Amino acid sequence: MSEVLRLEGVRKSFGENEVLRGLDLSVHEGQVVVLIGASGSGKSTLLRCVNLLEVVDDGRITLDGEDVTDPRVDADAVRARTGVVFQAYNLFPHLSVLDNITLAPIRVHKVAKAEARERAMAMLERVGLPEKASARPDDLSGGQQQRVAIARALVNQPRLMLLDEVTSALDPELVGEVLDLLRELKDEGMTMVLNTHEMGFARQVADTVCFLHGGVVHEQGPPEQVLGDPREERTRRFLARMHA
Amino acid sequence: MTTPAAPATGSDAQPSALELERRRYRRGRAVRSAGISAVSTLLLVGVVVALVVTSPGWPRVRDTFLDWDKAVESFPAVVDGLWLNIRVMLACGVVIAVLGLTLAVMRTVRGPVAFPLRLFATAYVDLFRGLPLLLVIFVLGFGAPALRLSGLPSSALFWGACALVLSYSAYVAEVFRAGIESVHPSQRAAARSLGLSYGQTMRHVVLPQAVRRVVPPLMNDLVSLQKDSGLIAVLGVIDAIRAAQIETALDFNFTPYVVAGALFVCLTIPMARLTDHVARRQGFHGAGGML
Repeated sequence: MSEVLRLEGVRKSFGENEVLRGLDLSVHEGQVVVLIGASGSGKSTLLRCVNLLEVVDDGRITLDGEDVTDPRVDADAVRARTGVVFQAYNLFPHLSVLDNITLAPIRVHKVAKAEARERAMAMLERVGLPEKASARPDDLSGGQQQRVAIARALVNQPRLMLLDEVTSALDPELVGEVLDLLRELKDEGMTMVLNTHEMGFARQVADTVCFLHGGVVHEQGPPEQVLGDPREERTRRFLARMHA
Repeated sequence: MTTPAAPATGSDAQPSALELERRRYRRGRAVRSAGISAVSTLLLVGVVVALVVTSPGWPRVRDTFLDWDKAVESFPAVVDGLWLNIRVMLACGVVIAVLGLTLAVMRTVRGPVAFPLRLFATAYVDLFRGLPLLLVIFVLGFGAPALRLSGLPSSALFWGACALVLSYSAYVAEVFRAGIESVHPSQRAAARSLGLSYGQTMRHVVLPQAVRRVVPPLMNDLVSLQKDSGLIAVLGVIDAIRAAQIETALDFNFTPYVVAGALFVCLTIPMARLTDHVARRQGFHGAGGML
């Protein structure tokens, strides 16, 4: 299986605050990598760097072998190959659900309008919200908004999905729906990097769990090992706090 | 004020004695407040009217400013002038909106490459927001035609309208900029992460939200422009105010000014109500329009 994403010695600071301190990570095709760690450990920053929403201070990020941290690459083209889902959904409030989903296909991928609408409807069908096509995001519940946000990212057939705390704003009974959706994606071979505070979620969906601490991947391995029998003292202490 | 609607209850639910007592009390308060405000308003208006009417110069003022025959006689000329004001307002309004939005976008472009754009837009806004409108009208209205540039009209109307556009664009640009900056950064992040370019993000995500938010303050500027369109009268253009002046000059009866004033108010009131309506529809409750 080919390597989709690779981070080598990635550094990123915000003022005095050094968030990533030479982080290495490798993600292969079809793999689901779950990032765990305390608040401020750099999970979200890592995802934002991969999507070029933040410029790294040092190190290298390669997407399908292409160095995307090279300032000469077309950042828009790189972003068009990744799908991002945010904690707060970030749907466009002035557009209908359908228009939210068709915006990028029509404007970025130059898909014909009719075809874009067709694909968007299929995607809405898939996330279980075909009847909400003409609704405004504000009229939807949080769970529905997040499903639309996932559909909006998926419709561009991304090479890699980046999911930033996608279930933390959801009611407990809606978490299951989103989880099911992500598991289906995984079964279809979608490569995903996601971060979460929910250990049960991580255990169910991850191929690899990475514990971030001190700006690096402190420990990584299969979920049973990292979450069930961590080697590192730091990881153990973090998990103990999560379960407390 | 609308009285709060009775809560929707089930078909068999009867309001309790407690709730009935509360409703009686609220009704009583509402009647009392309405009564007090009606009486105080009447009193105040009565006092002001009495003061004016009993003043020693009142008969003279009434004849010079409130002469019905003179009003009827001057009405057609003033309305003719007002039609010019309306046309100037509409034409300038469109140009100002386009120019203001362009300046606002120029001011918010990031990156060192766009520095000249930002510098120009900032300097423009600083200059024309600082200059008194009347001064701009004088300079352009009398100065520009004197240049005798070929291909450009030399009419006072054209240059007066230009002055309005230059001055108002500076204000409108700042309103648009406030709107652009009020759109949360996460919206840009979402758009960029879908692969939209800076321009596409601006066009399809940021501006539609920004413009919607600033419609009420923009309407306010439009009302203001409607009145300031009268300032081009200083260049000799015959708008409502100039027409009133001409009528007045015939017999030193100032009633035509009152007619012009009343017509301007009649134009702005519907605009103001429309502004309130737009603002309320967008959820800015209590933004105005309530007494």
